[in-house]
Amino acid sequence: MGDWKTITVPALSSEKKNRSTCGTSEKKMSPSSLNMQQVLRSPLPLSKSMHSFFSAFCTEENVEQSISYLNRELTTLGFPSLYSECKDKELNVVSVLNCMNELLVLQRKNLRAQEEVEIQHLKLGSDMDHLQNCYAKVKEQLETSRREIVGLQERDRQQQCKHRNLHQLLKNEKDEVQKLQNIIASRATQYNHDMKRKEREYNKLKERLHQLVMNKKDKKIAMDVLNYVGRVDGKRGAWRTGKTEARNEEEMYKVLLGGYEQRQKQLLVENAELKKVLQQMKKEMISLLPPQKQKPKERAEDGIGPVLSDMEEDAVELNKENMWELSCETVREQLTNSIRKQWRMLKNHVEKLDNQVSRAHSGALNGSDVISREDHELETEKLELEIQQCKEMIKTQQQLLQQQLMSPCDDDTSMLLQDCYLLEERERLQEEWKLFREQKKNFERERRSFTEAAIRLGLERKAFEEDRGAWLKQQFLSMTSDHKNSEHVKTQSAYSGSSDPDNQLMNFRSRQKKPHCLPSVPPSEELCQTIQHIPHNSNSSVVLNKTTEDSKPKQWKGLNKAETE
Amino acid sequence: MNFSEVFKLSSLLCKFSPDGKYLASCVQYRLIVRDVNNLQILQLYTCLDQIQYIEWSSDSLFILCAMYKRGIVQVWSLEQPDWHCKIDEGSAGLVASCWSPDGRHILNTTEFYLRITVWSLCTKSVSYIKYPKACQNGIAFTKDGRYMALAERRDCKDFISLFVCSDWQLLRHFDTETQDLSGIEWAPNGCVLAVWDTCLEYKILLYSLDGRLLSTYSAYEWSLGIKSVAWSPSSQFLAIGSYDEKVRILNHVTWKKITEFEHPATIANPKIIVYKEMEKSPRVETESLAFPPARAQASSLFSTQSKYDISQVPVSLQYVKPVADRANPRIGIGMLAFSPDNCFLATKNDNIPNAIWIWDVQKLKLFVVLEQLYAVQLFQWDPHQPRLAICTGNSKVYLWSPAGCVSVQVPMEGDFQVLSLCWHSSGDSMALLSKDNFCMCYLEREEVK
Repeated sequence: MGDWKTITVPALSSEKKNRSTCGTSEKKMSPSSLNMQQVLRSPLPLSKSMHSFFSAFCTEENVEQSISYLNRELTTLGFPSLYSECKDKELNVVSVLNCMNELLVLQRKNLRAQEEVEIQHLKLGSDMDHLQNCYAKVKEQLETSRREIVGLQERDRQQQCKHRNLHQLLKNEKDEVQKLQNIIASRATQYNHDMKRKEREYNKLKERLHQLVMNKKDKKIAMDVLNYVGRVDGKRGAWRTGKTEARNEEEMYKVLLGGYEQRQKQLLVENAELKKVLQQMKKEMISLLPPQKQKPKERAEDGIGPVLSDMEEDAVELNKENMWELSCETVREQLTNSIRKQWRMLKNHVEKLDNQVSRAHSGALNGSDVISREDHELETEKLELEIQQCKEMIKTQQQLLQQQLMSPCDDDTSMLLQDCYLLEERERLQEEWKLFREQKKNFERERRSFTEAAIRLGLERKAFEEDRGAWLKQQFLSMTSDHKNSEHVKTQSAYSGSSDPDNQLMNFRSRQKKPHCLPSVPPSEELCQTIQHIPHNSNSSVVLNKTTEDSKPKQWKGLNKAETE
Repeated sequence: MNFSEVFKLSSLLCKFSPDGKYLASCVQYRLIVRDVNNLQILQLYTCLDQIQYIEWSSDSLFILCAMYKRGIVQVWSLEQPDWHCKIDEGSAGLVASCWSPDGRHILNTTEFYLRITVWSLCTKSVSYIKYPKACQNGIAFTKDGRYMALAERRDCKDFISLFVCSDWQLLRHFDTETQDLSGIEWAPNGCVLAVWDTCLEYKILLYSLDGRLLSTYSAYEWSLGIKSVAWSPSSQFLAIGSYDEKVRILNHVTWKKITEFEHPATIANPKIIVYKEMEKSPRVETESLAFPPARAQASSLFSTQSKYDISQVPVSLQYVKPVADRANPRIGIGMLAFSPDNCFLATKNDNIPNAIWIWDVQKLKLFVVLEQLYAVQLFQWDPHQPRLAICTGNSKVYLWSPAGCVSVQVPMEGDFQVLSLCWHSSGDSMALLSKDNFCMCYLEREEVK
């Protein structure tokens, strides 16, 4: 059909106008079919255009060619040949007409088929649209219904939960009601029983009363004793007076107080023991923890520093307190607080160690803090070996002990054993006694020295007082009779032995007048001086002073000690 | 262990004298006093009627015999057999009678608890105490015998009166906050008085000697409450047994509960030793039977032996479901006793009547459970050591000590059902009482195996 197209195309352009007057808009179809349609639809006005159209393909010149071409095409399509059978190149009009008719019929059929197809196509198109709309609507409905279902399911679940809870509550309430009913029932039976008992007794009482009222002869209530018995303690019974009542009250309170005192003693002893245990625990905890110097880092981290020093202070304080065994609130609080702190520190320490160990296990080696795995394993092996050894030792010990126990331990051996233990204990005790005796001796010695020093001090004081008295007398005398210097000197010389040092001594003494009034320390100083002065009899007072001062310190200390004692 | 021969007895009235030299027993209307060591009859007294109660005076010189039906109390003297004393309550009737601690006064409770009459054997004086409380332990004396506590009830309220026993002076009189007081007991140190309420209300009050309320303790409300109470010998603990099968221990410092002991039917803790009594019938080769043969077979015809076996824990004990609609039901802790050295506490749960539970007081834990074949009738501690004697109504007596336990057959001809027992004050012997007879059991000094 390609040739056909190429031939007819140029002709078409001139026919466009004609076609447009026909009003066809079909551009899809081939030009020939289009024309055919035109022919079918409006046969009348087509005669002119037909002419012009047909003249485009076949003109007067190429009649033969067009006939042959047409014949060729028709024979290929299966139509009979256009030429007659007998003569070549002669047109068989009948076959031509037949062919034309056939072609027309065919054309009509095709057109019909096309129409049908188009109609069907249109129908299908509209059906498709319709179905698509339906589908969209149904999909929406499905979504909404799904959502509804989910919502309903959720509600259903909640309702089930509530139902279960209410069921449980109901069961509990029922159980309680049952229990209360049981209790009520048992109480009711008890009450009834008691009521019946009381009623029976009441009835008996009524009967007895009745009996008594009716009975004229009353049985005498009396006691018949052969002779009265003496009291347990042999004394006669006493009248009950106010004094005896007071005494009874007093005795009762004494009994009560005795009980309370005993209880308090027990509690005090318990308290003291518990405090001791706590103190011990605290000390052990302190010893367990690593000392301060080795880990300054930790101090910074935990702020242990001030706390530990507090601990030490507390420990010292508490030790002091313990000696006096106070049981006041503050001491108790201090002790418990300090133990809590120690415990916290110990816990931290242990936690740290745990962390270290876990870190070591996980393989992270952080410097010297963490033990490497191999070291750790070596350590554990070593410890296991030790444990084994210890266990074996314990076993052997046990066996030995058993042997000892099992062996026919007659009285002699047991006595011997006991003796051995006793001997050991005795020796220990003897040693302790020795120590004790030595200490006692030392104490005795010291006491003696102290008493001696005290005696000496007393004596010195007495002598000093005498001296003072004499000196005052002399002073007074010197004041009253100043012109009698010679007498003074005499007296003084009688006392001391030489004049110059006497004068100096006098001056010394006058200067020393004021220190008299000072407390005991300077007087003894003077006392020393005077005493030293008498035997030494030296000239310079400076030397005097020196000598006295030399001897002073020794005596000093002793005196001081004696005084403070 | 030696057993003496059997002697006649009635109403389980057999008592040792406080000084331990004599044993008094009753046969109908006769009172027989025997020497403890050789059981020879020393004295024989005849009373006017069947004796219902006997009691020794504290100095072991007198015995009182009470005959409730006739309303008479007769007092006999050991030193002077000719001496006689008869106290006739007449129309007032007699319900209870007891000695005062000095051994020279007798307190008679008249019928309907109308009054308590104090008769003096030294003087001609008679004292009356009105409105005593109608309960089991209405009178309590302190251990040293100085003071007496008496429960009273006036105008539907409970009161306690404290008397000085030497001259019966009323020392203190105070009311208690109880609904219906059901018992009082002094602590062994004589400083605290425990007062507890009826079983309908769990309440125990502790009063000091001078009448001050020290503390109140109530474990729970509404259910049945206290059934039994026991003080420890050192007065440190107060054990309260209640109907809920638990024992609660209060301490004397704060009067608060320090622990409670449960008595479940199943024991699962492997640290507890469970002794189970097994019958050893000569017929059967194997040592133990799970359940005992019928009672008829267990009579002396076969002289079946029984022994204790250690049961493997977990053990499930025989639990008796109580009858629900009965008053005073047999549930709860019915018996409580501390050992004299304050180391053990023995309890019995009436729901599990065949078992005795022994608790270690130092550790406050269950120590031993003894499972008997029959219901336990009575148990009593040796006055000196931690040794427990048990009787279950059959012909055996059982002894437990921390070293072990043993079951001993009483070698008597005929049926000797041990219904009760009492220890001698030295702990060397005890009297085993049955319905019509009694015998003495002498224990050897060495430890029970």
